[in-house]
Amino acid sequence: MTNFAPAASAHVPTAGTPVQRGESRWRVMGRTALPFLVVALAWEATAHAGIFPRKLFPPLEDVAGALLRLTATGVLPHHVLDTFVRLLAGFALAAAAGVAIGFAMGRSRRAEDVVLPLISIGAPIPGLAYAPLFLLWFGLGNVTAVLLVAVVSAFPIVFNTWAGVKAVKEIWLRSAQAMGADDRRLLHHVILPGALPYMLTGLRLGLAQAWRILVGVEMLAAVPWGLGWMIFGAREFLNTDVMLAGVAVIGAMGLALEKLVFQRLERYTVVRWGMMS
Amino acid sequence: MKATMERATSAYRAGVTLLLAAACYEAVARSGVFPAALLPTLPKIASTLWALLLDGTMLEHAGFTMYRVLFGLALAVGVALPLGILMGRFRAVENFCLPLASALMPIPSLAWVPVFLLWFGLGNMVAILIVFYAALFPMLLNTWSGVRAVNPLWLRAAGAMGANERALFWKVIIPGASPFIITGFRQAFLRAWIAVVGAEMLAASDWGLGWVIFDAKEFLNADIMLAALAVIGAIGFVFERLVFGSLERATVMRWGMVRTAKG
Repeated sequence: MTNFAPAASAHVPTAGTPVQRGESRWRVMGRTALPFLVVALAWEATAHAGIFPRKLFPPLEDVAGALLRLTATGVLPHHVLDTFVRLLAGFALAAAAGVAIGFAMGRSRRAEDVVLPLISIGAPIPGLAYAPLFLLWFGLGNVTAVLLVAVVSAFPIVFNTWAGVKAVKEIWLRSAQAMGADDRRLLHHVILPGALPYMLTGLRLGLAQAWRILVGVEMLAAVPWGLGWMIFGAREFLNTDVMLAGVAVIGAMGLALEKLVFQRLERYTVVRWGMMS
Repeated sequence: MKATMERATSAYRAGVTLLLAAACYEAVARSGVFPAALLPTLPKIASTLWALLLDGTMLEHAGFTMYRVLFGLALAVGVALPLGILMGRFRAVENFCLPLASALMPIPSLAWVPVFLLWFGLGNMVAILIVFYAALFPMLLNTWSGVRAVNPLWLRAAGAMGANERALFWKVIIPGASPFIITGFRQAFLRAWIAVVGAEMLAASDWGLGWVIFDAKEFLNADIMLAALAVIGAIGFVFERLVFGSLERATVMRWGMVRTAKG
């Protein structure tokens, strides 16, 4: 199947390099760890060389110390939890609306013509540009943050679902119809599996987008708790170690979302259906 | 003939949609449910926009923003395109770069704003670096997966027909990967566009569309905000429709990689 659809089966980049044949697990781990070791060493060397003030360019042990201190006092977990709840609420809204709109656009020319101008105008306006407006309209707080996250992360989901539905090969549709598939079967057995790699890409991008915007929103909206606020607040006191610890936690959360949610989903669906290996 | 008819219908429908949306907004704004300062009417926004365009401030803001976006984007493409192709072709490069990219990618570019502010101070440098960071990963990962997604059968067929490395690269790999690369470029631009506004808001640099919007909040000038939003949307729309649309038509659609929907 992949032979027929090299361009249609969007290979979604996975975190970490794929296991190559005949490689032991240790070798793979070593191979993955090597670039990080190189970068960490370069960082340490720069930090200890004393070119930059330690306050601005802290060595990794300072960052790790800040991370431990904040976790032990319970400040960091509280920030993480608040950020996480906001993210989930916004993303759930966006996923439901985005997939529905994208599907409608991909299947019907009329829906495409009606929705595309609105989406095309909305999408290039960065979500953060709405932030001050939303703050004026909905006030400070979670409503603004969640709504912004939802609006912004819906766009990639719509676009990718749309592209995926359109990228389903005409010949697959026609052969399914020739074999007597009705509309429902066509949707379930041809269009949905065919569009799924794109949809998953869209959901991933949407989640990443939600993640990105959330951090910015937290900085702008001055919410009492949240990782974005923690980083931005640390600037006032030149706490670069707290900032970098926060950035690391943000990266780890994003990576965990990707690994735990999407790769699992992908394994159960697209890979099993043979859309990609 | 049929194609032009369809295009006319598309344009007509798009026009009707936009008119309807505008009418809805105007009705809500005039109904007086929300204070006029928070939800200005369309003529008010238009006159504000016109005034700002006439005295040149809006153009200057837009110019600063465009400069930051295009500079950062050009840097990102310049790094990501060759690196992505190398990653797709050579295992060693992939093994080194992919773990790093996977670890850095989930960190939102805006999370670096406070750090970069400390390191580089206020100014263009922060905004350009944020744009670079935001645009780098979609470009890199799409190029990489595009090169990897090229059907090995095509490569072998071209090899069997006597294509050398160079012909293989230009005639098979690049066209084969181009839908991915163009998607990557498109996404890179969108992300850069998001990042620049955020960076301008947070790094308060006196010029730039993001700064205008954020500054207008202080004085409850919703009309200035919406006028700046319209400019941002217009620039984005022009890029999305004209630049990427024609790019796609000139490459992937002509090569038959993506078809337009029918019915």
